[in-house]
Amino acid sequence: MNKLSLKTFTLLQTVTSVGLSALAWVVTGVRPIWNGSLPSDRQRIYFANHTSHGDFILLSACLSEKERAITHAVAAGEYWGKSRLRRFIAEDMLSSVLINRQWTKPEENPIEIMLSVLDQGHSLILFPEGTRNMTEEPLLPFRSGLYNLSMARPEVELIPCWIENMSRVLPKGQFLPVPLLCRVVFGAPVAVAPGEERRAFLERAHATLLALNPRPERDD
Amino acid sequence: MRHEISILIIGLLAVLTTASIVAAILSARAPKPLSSTLVNLTQRINAWWVMVVLITVAFFFGRYGMTILFALISFAALREFVTLTHTSRSDHWVLLGMFGIIIPFQYWLVWTAWYGLFVIFIPVYCFLLMPAITALHGDTERFLERIAAQQWAVMISVYCVSHVPALLTLNVPDFEGRNLLLIAFLIIVVQGSDVLQYIFGKLFGKHRFSPNVSPSKTWEGLIGGLVSASLLGALLSFVTPFSPLQAAAVAFIACSMGFLGGLVASAIKRDQGVKDWGHLIEGHGGMMDRTDSLVFAAPVFFHIVRYFWTV
Repeated sequence: MNKLSLKTFTLLQTVTSVGLSALAWVVTGVRPIWNGSLPSDRQRIYFANHTSHGDFILLSACLSEKERAITHAVAAGEYWGKSRLRRFIAEDMLSSVLINRQWTKPEENPIEIMLSVLDQGHSLILFPEGTRNMTEEPLLPFRSGLYNLSMARPEVELIPCWIENMSRVLPKGQFLPVPLLCRVVFGAPVAVAPGEERRAFLERAHATLLALNPRPERDD
Repeated sequence: MRHEISILIIGLLAVLTTASIVAAILSARAPKPLSSTLVNLTQRINAWWVMVVLITVAFFFGRYGMTILFALISFAALREFVTLTHTSRSDHWVLLGMFGIIIPFQYWLVWTAWYGLFVIFIPVYCFLLMPAITALHGDTERFLERIAAQQWAVMISVYCVSHVPALLTLNVPDFEGRNLLLIAFLIIVVQGSDVLQYIFGKLFGKHRFSPNVSPSKTWEGLIGGLVSASLLGALLSFVTPFSPLQAAAVAFIACSMGFLGGLVASAIKRDQGVKDWGHLIEGHGGMMDRTDSLVFAAPVFFHIVRYFWTV
């Protein structure tokens, strides 16, 4: 699995990505707010809050076609690898990278898989809460993947991205989206400071992402 | 009708071209970097070009074009309205119904000219059934606020907006087959009044009309805009079933309603802590920022024409 080799988009992936971006625009009128960083084709890890399956579609709809072709969402292998259909959707259509949190074999090590993507010059979309947030909390605590990736590849920019309103568009347990306007706020890059400890960094990254929410009082 | 439409289109092109030239001259003469007012002026004029072209294209598709165009405007306006208000997870099905059932059904009623149901579907049936569905979900937190916002959202963005294409269903004697011109008259007069109020306000505005609600509305802008828009209405009477005096009076009422619509929209935005409804139209804000006046003017204009001019 960590020998996974990435190419730029297949025809199916291009069609899917253009189609989903158009759909995202029709339903949510999604638009990016570049608040501390700018669109760029340099290698990045976009990390975002996660409340619905639509999150990564919204985020990638804010990227250029060129960036989208080299940007992969990291998704849970336990869910998306379960059946052939799901795996087809996740990998062949959405070009996601699947990782297993309960891994046993060394080649399933999530960090190694994500690093192998970065080493091919591609970018990642990461949801550091580790799962969809179904609680009343605006943002769950972060898992340590973000820290490990940044320590191993400090040259890759970590861009915090706040996805607004998606929990209202597609609330827990629903599959039909309500059309509401959404914005994605891209903040200034976060980096591990010299000597900064894992927990301190994760808490700082967490606070940075939370601070991007343009209308915190509305998160209900 | 061809003749009247040609005159309207040539007139609009002349006004827009003049506006673009004036903005270009002002921008060339102004010190750099340009003030935000000038940048915004240019953006607004450019957006007007797009809007005029879109509406003109829809115009040529007649009843189809108008019904679909205003259904889409309702969709965009409703999306902005609901985004701005408080919703709860348990409102999901009601919200879906607003977009998926109420908009298509209301415009189907416009299309089939079923007047009896068109006027009561939202104010009677949706008014009663939407809160009933919300109550059945059992979530009573901020209940009145939620159902009130839902009512307002569909009344403003669907019910009121749908009165524009509904003008096509009116049966005005000696005006058969020319109802599209009523829509053109309403849009040009009301949107023209917005622009004229903006211009008079920027040039002569001193006394604020209602500083608590909208800092940009002035008495000078209001009076100058309403008087000139009424004159514009009289000037356009040749495309309507009205005499010049009647056209001026109808335009005055429609534009006064339009002004009040802008005022109410400003009050809602201020209450919700935002400056614009959205970002759909560069320089103007969202769809509701551009249609707030039309929303208030359309039903009143519709009923004036229906009461005094139809059989």
